[in-house]
Amino acid sequence: MIPLEQVLALSAILFTIGVVGAITRRNLIVILMSIELMLNAVNLALVGFSRLWAQPDGQVFVLMVIVVAAAEVAVGLGIVIALFRNRESVNIEDVSLLKW
Amino acid sequence: MVTETETLRWIVALPGLSAAVHGVLLGVVRRTLERSLVIALSCGSVILSFVLSLVSLLRLDGGVLVDPVYAWIGAGTFSADVTFLMDPLSAVMCLVVTGVGSLIHVYSIGYMDDDHREDKGFQRFFCYLNLFTFSMLVLVLADNLVLMFLGWEGVGLCSYLLIGFWYADRWNAYCGMKAFVVNRIGDFGFLVGIFLVFWSFETVAFRELQAAMGGIDPRLATLIGLCLFVGAAGKSAQVPLYVWLPDAMAGPTPVSALIHAATMVTAGVYMVCRMHFLYDAAPDASAVVAWTGALTALFAATIAVAQTDIKKILAYSTVSQLGYMFVAAGCGGYTAAIFHLGTHAFFKALLFLGAGAVILAMHHEQDTDRMGGLRTRIPRTFAVVSVGVFAIAGFPPLAGFFSKDEILLTAWTADPRLWSVLLATAALTAFYMFRLWFRTFFGECRAPEEVKAHIHEPAPVVLWPLYALAFCSAVAGFFNFPQAWGGWFPYPSALGHFLGFEHHATHGAPELQLALGAIAAAALGALLAWLCYVRLPGLPARFRSRLVANAYYVDRIYDALLVKPLVLLSDAVLYRALDAGAIDGALVNGTARAVRAVAADVLRHLQSGFAQAYLVLMLLGTVAVVGFLLR
Repeated sequence: MIPLEQVLALSAILFTIGVVGAITRRNLIVILMSIELMLNAVNLALVGFSRLWAQPDGQVFVLMVIVVAAAEVAVGLGIVIALFRNRESVNIEDVSLLKW
Repeated sequence: MVTETETLRWIVALPGLSAAVHGVLLGVVRRTLERSLVIALSCGSVILSFVLSLVSLLRLDGGVLVDPVYAWIGAGTFSADVTFLMDPLSAVMCLVVTGVGSLIHVYSIGYMDDDHREDKGFQRFFCYLNLFTFSMLVLVLADNLVLMFLGWEGVGLCSYLLIGFWYADRWNAYCGMKAFVVNRIGDFGFLVGIFLVFWSFETVAFRELQAAMGGIDPRLATLIGLCLFVGAAGKSAQVPLYVWLPDAMAGPTPVSALIHAATMVTAGVYMVCRMHFLYDAAPDASAVVAWTGALTALFAATIAVAQTDIKKILAYSTVSQLGYMFVAAGCGGYTAAIFHLGTHAFFKALLFLGAGAVILAMHHEQDTDRMGGLRTRIPRTFAVVSVGVFAIAGFPPLAGFFSKDEILLTAWTADPRLWSVLLATAALTAFYMFRLWFRTFFGECRAPEEVKAHIHEPAPVVLWPLYALAFCSAVAGFFNFPQAWGGWFPYPSALGHFLGFEHHATHGAPELQLALGAIAAAALGALLAWLCYVRLPGLPARFRSRLVANAYYVDRIYDALLVKPLVLLSDAVLYRALDAGAIDGALVNGTARAVRAVAADVLRHLQSGFAQAYLVLMLLGTVAVVGFLLR
């Protein structure tokens, strides 16, 4: 059986990759993917704890997160498509008009 | 014997309801009623109120009537109910207020009819007049100090509204405000007095207070008595708070008659008589009341001598006569005070209304310098005003003689010095009243020709109230015919028995000689006036004093000592420094400026528009929060 420490370590690594990706990459699609990576890192940690305590709560949470993530991706990709139709670009630095 | 009844609330409510109807129509619906409907509603309600007062008086029968309407305020041990109480004292007041009030309401129909200065004023005037009657009846019939204070403030408000009735003229509005502000000073004393009463006795109801008064500390009684008297001095225009009353003459003449002569200004005297058990226990406070009254009586009479405005003369005369009443009340002669209050209400209302008739006849001319010779032109007005003049001057058998004589007697038994001041005042009173009489009705008419051609008797609706008041002024003295003058009169001291105050000890006083002295003083004053203004018209000019003519410059002294510094303090310190500077400038605008400085120059650069910059900040924030929680 895989010990909890390894599960959490993998979760942390995946989350960090997601954070770094979301902060550093300019392509909106890649940023969305990075966010998905973070969500799934959290899911992994939840499942790990669920098994440790032998409780179903964590898995219920995971299902919830997957539903929200699906919705989020749908909205996010919708925004990206709308943006591309207007600007012919998916670079996040091209959309910085909303400021002071 | 206490009888419960529901009549009393209707005495009070009828004028109040009428005022409310007028108020809703004028203020909410914004429509004016037919003239005849206004008259029917306003005059009818007051006359009905008078009839109900008479009915209640007949039911009194040696006891008191009580009408508990509802519990108004109750908090802990404090309670103030809307309960109306009619005992002999309030019954007399009630009759004076509704009786004289009815006559003046009727008179106003004619007086305000002539007024074309403002088109929609007719109904507004009657609305205020009804509201005043309502407030005055609350004051008079209240069974506790708090309810009395409600009426007290109500009459003050109506006084303000009616003095400034022709508000288009700034001077009238100023006079109204002056009356209101000066009354506030008195009301402050009255309020402190009420607080002290509750603090000491845990009740504000008159009957409970009277029962609780035994064994009260005289110093406490004096303190309470003085505080209440400050209120009385404000409302009843005594030195040093009398300055508002002469200026209150800016209002329409029926208002001067009703509010500033017959009823409201006597509220202070009524209050002192109502609290007589307190003043009986506080001889020092009573002495202050008596001496303030005497000082006011003499002081105001000397000013009246040099005035030329017909209403100003009567106003100073009112101040002076109120001084008489306070002397009587301060000497323990509460019957005498209330007696003079009643007779004064008749003859002063008569004089004011008569002056109003003269003013109407002269086309709104008030200066006696431009009158004269009116005796033959308006003989009916002349006749009724003459009754008033002889009554106030104190010639028997008119009302003023009896009531003034009783006050002089009371003063003599208390302190002959008070008596001598009042006797001098009586001579002065006769002098200035006959001066007014001669200058208005005798000699050559000094009016301009175009006015002279149109002098006419007023309408019957104006004259009939005058006849009624003249009749009352002539016979009211017999309500309290002196006992000592022999038994030929069947009802001696009727008012005294009815009111039932503890009999003031006057035994051993030379009553007949005192009465003769009073008559002699009045005759001397009248004779001097005749000498100065009929026989030797050049004489007064030699004694003309600018000091007296300008009312001893009291207004200017108050202005320099009190008003100007107060205005300066308010303007420079309270307004400019505190309100505009500290609060508006530093606090309100300062906060806004600080926020703008920080936000506009520093914080706005955070809002860069780059989504990833926000993400970094969010990450840092999350790390900080998690770090804080895991610390």
